[in-house]
Amino acid sequence: MKPLIKHEKIIRIGAAIAGILLLPMAAFAYQASSIPRSQLLNPDELVKLLQSSAGAKPLIIQVGSHVLYTQAHIPGSEYIGPASSETGLQQLRKRAEPLPRDKFIVIYCGCCPWNHCPNVKPANDALRAMGFTNFKVLYISDNFGANWVDKGYPTAKGD
Amino acid sequence: MNPGHLRKNIFVGTVAIAVLVGLYVLNRHRGMSPGLRVTSAEHPLAPEFSLPELTGQPLKLSDYRRKVVLLDFWATWCEPCREEIPHFVELQNKLGDQGFQIIGISMDDGPEPVRAFYPQFKMNYPVVMGNAKIGELYGGVLGLPIAFVLGRDGCIYSKHIGATDISLLEREIEAQLQAERSSPVD
Repeated sequence: MKPLIKHEKIIRIGAAIAGILLLPMAAFAYQASSIPRSQLLNPDELVKLLQSSAGAKPLIIQVGSHVLYTQAHIPGSEYIGPASSETGLQQLRKRAEPLPRDKFIVIYCGCCPWNHCPNVKPANDALRAMGFTNFKVLYISDNFGANWVDKGYPTAKGD
Repeated sequence: MNPGHLRKNIFVGTVAIAVLVGLYVLNRHRGMSPGLRVTSAEHPLAPEFSLPELTGQPLKLSDYRRKVVLLDFWATWCEPCREEIPHFVELQNKLGDQGFQIIGISMDDGPEPVRAFYPQFKMNYPVVMGNAKIGELYGGVLGLPIAFVLGRDGCIYSKHIGATDISLLEREIEAQLQAERSSPVD
C-alpha cells in the first residue's frame, strides 16, 4: 500500500498549491468581470435605447468618481458616488429604496478598464440584494472617455 | 484508488489549475490597454496649472521646467494606479538626480484618502489634488490611470492611457533626459 500513501501525499501537496493559486481567483470574483454577461448592456445599445422614441427610458446611475462625472457623463444620469465605498453604497440604496423592484435601471462607472473597476460589482450586488430584477450594468471595456465620449455618444458636463 | 486513475486525476487537476491561472493572467493583461497609447507628433506645450499639494501649498508646473516630468493622473481607489505607484517610487529614486520629477495628480474626490495613502506607499514625489478643470485642460481625464511624459522644454512627448509598461515609460523618460532641446521654454 506504500504507493497509495505516496499518492495521497502528492494529492495533499497538489491541493495546497491549488489553494494558493486560486486565492487571486477568489479576489477576482469581486471584480466587474464576475458580473454575468446577461446583466451587461453595451454602450451602443444604451445609445439606441436613449434615442428611441419607443419604450421606457432607464434610470441611469453613475457609481464612480465625482471628478470624472463632472468632466463628462451620460445626459440625465444621476451621480451617486463610488460604490466601492460604504458611503457610496448607502447613497445607492437610499436612491433605489423607494423605486419599484422592476424599475429599469442602468448603472455605470468607466473609471478604469472593466476588470479593474472597483465600483460596478458592489453596485450590481447591492441592487440584486434589494430585489431589483430589471437592471443592467453598462459594459465599459477601457474607460468612459474611450468607450463613450470618443465614440461621439451624447455627453453632458458639470454637476 | 487505482494508481492509474490517481495519476489521471492529478494530471486533469494540474491542467485545470494551469487553465485557471492562465485565464487570470490574461484577464489582468487585458486591463493594460497598450493600444490606447498615444504619442503626439506635434508635442504640444503641457498646460500650466497650480494645484494644492496635500500640505495645502500650491504646486506650479512651470516650477519644474528644465526637468523631465511624468504627470500621473491617478486615484487611490484605482487598482492599476495603485499597482504603478511602487514602480514610480523606484523610478523617482533611480532618475531623480538626473533631472527627473514625477508629479502625481490625484483625481480622488477629496484629499483624506490620499493623505492616508501617501505614507503607506512611501511616496517620494509631490501629489496635488486634481479636479475636473485640469482634467479638461489635459484633454479629458475620463479613465485612470493616465500618464504624460514631458520633456525639459515643457512639451508633452507621450500620453499613456491605462496601466503602462514601466520599462517602456523608463525608456521614454531616459530618452528625454538625454535629449537636448534647442529652445527650451522658460
